[in-house]
Amino acid sequence: MRYIFKTHHRQDLQLFRDGFEASWFLLLGAALLVAPFVLGNYALSLLSFIFIYSIVGFGLMLLTGFTGQMSLGHAAFFAVGAYTEAVLQARGWPFVASAPSAILLAAAAGIVIGLPALRLTGIYLAIATMSFNFIVEEALARWESVTGGNAGMAVPRIKLVTESLPAGVPMYMLCLVCVVAVGLVVRNLLRSPSGRAFIAIRDSEVSAQSMGVNLAYYKTRSFAISAGITGLAGALYAHQIKFLGPDQFTLLVSVEFLMMVVIGGMGSLHGAVLGAVFMIGLPELISRVKVLLPSAIADQTGLNAVVFGVLTVLFVLFEPLGLFGRWVKIRTWFSLFPAYRKGMFKRQKSYAKSERLA
Amino acid sequence: MELVQVAFSGIAIGCIYGLVALGFVLIYKATEVVNFAQGDVMMVGGFVAYTFFSIWHLPFGLAVLATVAVLATCGALFERFVLRHILGQPAFAAVMVTIGTGYALRGLVTMVPGWGTETRLLKMPFSEALLRGGGVSIAMDHIAIIVTTAVLCASLYLLFKKTRVGIAMQAASQNQLAAFYVGIPVQVMHTLIWGIAAGIAAVAGILLAPITFVHNNMGLIALNAFPAAVVGGFGSIPGALVGGLIIGVVESMAGYLLPEGFKAIAPHVVVLLVLIVKPSGIFSAMRRKKV
Amino acid sequence: MDFFKVENISKRFGGLTAVDKVSFEVSKGEIFTIIGPNGAGKTTIFNLISLIYPLSGGRIMLDGQDLTGMASHRVGAAGVGRTFQNIELFEHATVLQNLLVGCHTHVRTNLVSEMLFLPGLRRKEVELRERVETVIDFLNLQSVRDSLVNGLPYGVRKVVELGRALCMQPKLLLLDEPSSGLNTEETDDMAFWIHDIRDQLGITVLMVEHDMGLVSRVSDRVLAVAEGRPLALGTPAEVQSHPAVMTAYLGK
Repeated sequence: MRYIFKTHHRQDLQLFRDGFEASWFLLLGAALLVAPFVLGNYALSLLSFIFIYSIVGFGLMLLTGFTGQMSLGHAAFFAVGAYTEAVLQARGWPFVASAPSAILLAAAAGIVIGLPALRLTGIYLAIATMSFNFIVEEALARWESVTGGNAGMAVPRIKLVTESLPAGVPMYMLCLVCVVAVGLVVRNLLRSPSGRAFIAIRDSEVSAQSMGVNLAYYKTRSFAISAGITGLAGALYAHQIKFLGPDQFTLLVSVEFLMMVVIGGMGSLHGAVLGAVFMIGLPELISRVKVLLPSAIADQTGLNAVVFGVLTVLFVLFEPLGLFGRWVKIRTWFSLFPAYRKGMFKRQKSYAKSERLA
Repeated sequence: MELVQVAFSGIAIGCIYGLVALGFVLIYKATEVVNFAQGDVMMVGGFVAYTFFSIWHLPFGLAVLATVAVLATCGALFERFVLRHILGQPAFAAVMVTIGTGYALRGLVTMVPGWGTETRLLKMPFSEALLRGGGVSIAMDHIAIIVTTAVLCASLYLLFKKTRVGIAMQAASQNQLAAFYVGIPVQVMHTLIWGIAAGIAAVAGILLAPITFVHNNMGLIALNAFPAAVVGGFGSIPGALVGGLIIGVVESMAGYLLPEGFKAIAPHVVVLLVLIVKPSGIFSAMRRKKV
Repeated sequence: MDFFKVENISKRFGGLTAVDKVSFEVSKGEIFTIIGPNGAGKTTIFNLISLIYPLSGGRIMLDGQDLTGMASHRVGAAGVGRTFQNIELFEHATVLQNLLVGCHTHVRTNLVSEMLFLPGLRRKEVELRERVETVIDFLNLQSVRDSLVNGLPYGVRKVVELGRALCMQPKLLLLDEPSSGLNTEETDDMAFWIHDIRDQLGITVLMVEHDMGLVSRVSDRVLAVAEGRPLALGTPAEVQSHPAVMTAYLGK
């Protein structure tokens, strides 16, 4: 088994655990860069969606997985980003201006819900975010002059700085650049004092306060950053999907985001990406497997939902660390072989302190 | 007088919200789990009643009883075999299980032959009738909802206050450890409560069917039951009903008095206001954590 | 005598008066203990001093600064550090991360430099880690530095919580039942550490404690409270033999 021998604090702070991990990521990066020359348009578009949903995953993971604030309303931030991008690009704004606007507006929305939510925890926070999502969705549907209402609006081809980009490969590259950038930003946040403050808030608000963490400030900050990131994903999503309608941003979508991060693995950035891969990959897998199944189980939409829902339940019950957790266990098994002990990752069963009383 | 009719339909829909909220509160009080699938259980109740009544042509009363029995059993089985495993994990895990289950249920009903994705009509014995009096005409459906809710709540009240089982359930939901020490089988109580909550959801589904028809997104009405539970106070049973009535009437009035679009968001604006001003709701049942 | 002063503090929860006009003073470098039967309001007094509960009356002064009415999260910067009766560590973080959060009051966070992890932040992080290392050395936590807290035994967690409070470099350290749940050996260690904290680090210690042995060994002065009211104040020996104290503990 490899033991990482650290001799300086700087090693604690670096991005990759050691050269080994760094080289794996470099390999992955190279593969993704080469992909456009090897894969067809459909596969490329799937990858672009995976990048987009990974960005959403990063955003949601930051808020829910690392700051402990449950959000059932992330589709609202996704929508704000998407519609802002669509509306501004339709007016001729280039991406370098429209995307930051999308991020800022979404972040503002995050603050709008974050501020009143400061004193709320657990179920109350979830309900507040749900209601917020509903209101935003309804507002978008009613504001017909700008958003086209329930009839929806078409999204123009993306204009990066001066010219419209042709569809396909350039969009893929943009999504790739964005997901790497967002991943780095979130990773940096998490290894800095703010990131520790977030984790402190998640684990014990009372002692976080005693350590000097201003709850209101950091919770709002987490909401704003999470919303902004999701807004960027929304902006990319608008161009990728080419047509926006309010029914793409319902509560069900928020729920799907949450299920995605739970399956991927709460509390790790890798989990966000794995969750996105799962969410995009699952319908593909199902449609390939469908031909083997009896036609009684023929309904496409229903089957996807059932599998997604059942898998969420199974993961929560049997693999709470998600796909990433399972990967870590497999990796540890291989690296420790044959010394892997069965109880290594056993969860400590702790009886949850009642939310209601002492 | 249109206002009276609007108020009545608001009260009726408020009863539905109240029933769903009641399911939430019952389960939350007992196990501190919020059952996000309650609306979807209601939807399944609607479909099952449709099967018994409109497909198999059972007499109405029998169909209702059978539906409640089936759903209650399913709720109890769910608690026994799925939720037990969550013991020891944080509350978030249980919430995710209910969210995932609700999501799966919504997909599942579209796959059942005879149910599918179309909207089904559940014709109740008195669906078309109207009650007239004093210049007002009120749909019998609404009256049926209000009467049924009142009867159901009265029975639940008697159950909890007068029967041994009911008192035991109350004890188990107030202090699990103490109830255990006194010899109350707390796990069994939880199973019973989930069964009751599922049964209530089934009744709500049957009552709702004439108004919204039976289809796989019917459970989304439950979105408005959350505001009801919060307004009334999340740990309080009378609060769930009062909250439901308030939300129902507010929603109806908003639809009548305010421009288009406000009706749908009215309950959510109300709940956000309540959460900001007094999160513990009308009959507050939450207290602060002691360090 | 005037380093830390508490004047007539009270706390009412609705109709219940948990703390009723308690006053005492602590000198710099003193180890002061509050004792009393269960439910006497000791932890409530601590929660008042660390500003977790707002005061219903009275004043708190630390080193010339009035802490009354301050926001909860500012108390760390004002120089008060504390441990909790039921350990309130960050369970899903490593010991090192827990200790680093303790340094939070000494860091000013700037969103842009954090998102880009600029060199200035990098240097500050290394500095913080060096400071945390001295605390780890002081408490012998080297072996668990990178372990997640939720897998650690109770005794170790108490030490980590002590370490986290020390990282704050407080002027006044509040220890809430430091020996509860510890065996004799661990309690001995705790006694040595409390002395070292005062002698080597120059921190004034305010303790709540039930273990009379530890109290006598370590404290300079003791205050006994019962039902939220002060009963006796003096050296450990004086207070333990005070008639009112004995009545409160043993009954008439």
